[in-house]
Amino acid sequence: MNVPTMASLFAEGKQPEVLFWVGCAGSFDDRAKKITKAFVKILNKANVSFAVLGTEESCTGDPAKRAGNEFLFQMQAMTNIEVMNAYEIKKVVTACPHCFNTIKNEYPGLGGNYEVVHHTQFLKQLLDEGKISLEGGTYKGKRITYHDPCYLGRANNVYEAPRELISKLDAELVEMKNCRKKGLCCGAGGAQMFKEPEKGDKDVNIERTEQALETTPDIIAAACPFCNTMMTDGVKNKEKEASIAVMDIAELIAKAKDL
Amino acid sequence: MAYLPNILFGLLLIAAIGYFAKNVKKLSRNIKLGKPADTSGDKSERLKNMSLIAFGQSKMVVRPIAGLMHIIVYLGFVIINIEVLEIIIDGLLGTHRIFAPLGKTYDILIASFEILAFLVIVAVVIFWLRRNIIKLKRFIKPEMTGWPKKDGNLILYIELVLMFLFLTMNAADLQLQQMDAANYVKAGTFPISQFIAPIFEGMSMNSLIIVERTAWWLHIAGILFFLNYLYYSKHLHILLAFPNTYYGNLKAQGQFNNLESVTNEVKLMMDPNADPSAAPTDDAGEPDKFGASDVTDLNWVQLLNAYTCTECGRCTSECPANQTGKKLSPRKVMMDTRDRLEEVGKNIDANKGIFVPDGKQLLDDYISREELWACTTCNACVEACPVSIDPLSIIVEMRRYLVMEKSAAPSDLNNMMGNLENNGAPWPFNQMDRLNWAKES
Repeated sequence: MNVPTMASLFAEGKQPEVLFWVGCAGSFDDRAKKITKAFVKILNKANVSFAVLGTEESCTGDPAKRAGNEFLFQMQAMTNIEVMNAYEIKKVVTACPHCFNTIKNEYPGLGGNYEVVHHTQFLKQLLDEGKISLEGGTYKGKRITYHDPCYLGRANNVYEAPRELISKLDAELVEMKNCRKKGLCCGAGGAQMFKEPEKGDKDVNIERTEQALETTPDIIAAACPFCNTMMTDGVKNKEKEASIAVMDIAELIAKAKDL
Repeated sequence: MAYLPNILFGLLLIAAIGYFAKNVKKLSRNIKLGKPADTSGDKSERLKNMSLIAFGQSKMVVRPIAGLMHIIVYLGFVIINIEVLEIIIDGLLGTHRIFAPLGKTYDILIASFEILAFLVIVAVVIFWLRRNIIKLKRFIKPEMTGWPKKDGNLILYIELVLMFLFLTMNAADLQLQQMDAANYVKAGTFPISQFIAPIFEGMSMNSLIIVERTAWWLHIAGILFFLNYLYYSKHLHILLAFPNTYYGNLKAQGQFNNLESVTNEVKLMMDPNADPSAAPTDDAGEPDKFGASDVTDLNWVQLLNAYTCTECGRCTSECPANQTGKKLSPRKVMMDTRDRLEEVGKNIDANKGIFVPDGKQLLDDYISREELWACTTCNACVEACPVSIDPLSIIVEMRRYLVMEKSAAPSDLNNMMGNLENNGAPWPFNQMDRLNWAKES
């Protein structure tokens, strides 16, 4: 696996086409690291000129901002923007819809202007440009249901790229009763990931997992590391982990290509 | 004495419009208690949103049954108002059916008013059943007890009475036309009230005139009453839906505003040349308050949002926190904001134009912290609102107050923010380990 850093390329006088923004989950969370690696394998396979910031990357500030800590958010944002602007970054791709939303929508006002794409959009583009090809087989006859991440779907109107990728996998895409604009949250957004939920009858991820299970899927596809965690926990709670896998779109593709 | 009805009518009209204007002034003053709002952006896009969402009811039909019924009542309201124009002119001039010379057009107009009136009655009955017999979940939530429940039903009763009065008036008129009564010009087609007219057979002309006049007067008086009822009711949405959709958010729903006051301070903190001990040089006086603890900390569009809310509860029914039994209800956030704003407005009225602190605020006295912290910021409520209300922005503004002014975040979140501050990640991992994944197999 080849993972160049911005610093090393800079030392060689090189500029990659795109910065892969890994994010905190993608860097540290054991489950999310697998998504990161799957995505890098595809980037390597497609000979994409990319780099990561590595130890120069820091949290975008999303959870702080959603929790109400605008100070901390802007401190993080300005630090990151300084680093990215120093490397003259033009294009950013990330596998985390929260990083995607924050860098795309909230960084420009603080001096960070980049073309920002989610990894599902990037993969779709690679496919359209013929840089990767997807042959069915692995998923033939499998039922895949796709969970819309709030910060990709409603927040930024990206609904089709992940679905088109799934349909290219020769799998049967089955929709939950709440999908696209009406997609139900996994329960992690707004910094809920980092706290105990308020008192209620049920956890949000259980409600969403029940909706997913209603479609009798073989695989629940996610496009966000936090949704992935919440849905994985939900499936475990329902004791279905032996028969139903929760996988990121990048993982689905990497597996189909035997990477 | 012949002009007495005209004079009475004129006085009624002036009183009704005058009282309404007084309340509109109050409404506008209350909304202006809010802070400046960002209303930048393409005007044509705003007009397009207003045309599609408010005029075109595009978001109402996301739920087809309620959407269709609502379009009927909405069209009824808009179109039957042409008839109200005729009634007002007749009332002021002492004429009867002044538009009658329109001939065929008039026939079509009256016929369509009648059909719409009938459809409105059907829709209103269905609405009533949904609220009171079927008891749709979103209409029986905790915030929908007391006045909000009564208000919802009262609106339906008023609409029902108005439609019946309109049809009764027409039925009596039709009967009088057939009896060749003086002043009752033969005009209009009456596809619905022709079925009511037989009730009046055998009645004397004088009694019929009394029925017709009574229905006529009660109908217009009822409409003027309804106009003045709006300010005290969720029904205000029939007017405010238009400006509210016009001023609705044009940016991506995921984008939260960056607080400028914070930007300035952060820039100063990060500037290596800044003198940390320098006294603030600006003479701006008190520093900005961060976030919102009361309605006057919100911006005026958020306050307009609150008055526009018609308590339909689509937001709450889509809210993941509410669906899983948490206290948070985005509708309640809007109702609380409106109720507190009304309270502040009344305080100002009672104290000669100056707000006298009443020891209350929006936070805690209306909206609890438990509600605020249950939000996942998923935007389902924003997406669901048929009139572009944004409950999420109020929730975030109040979280900002709790965190930045009161340091009152839940302890788990304080841990997360501590990690973020020290390690650049929400978990206690060292930033220097950020690339370790690349070395793992």
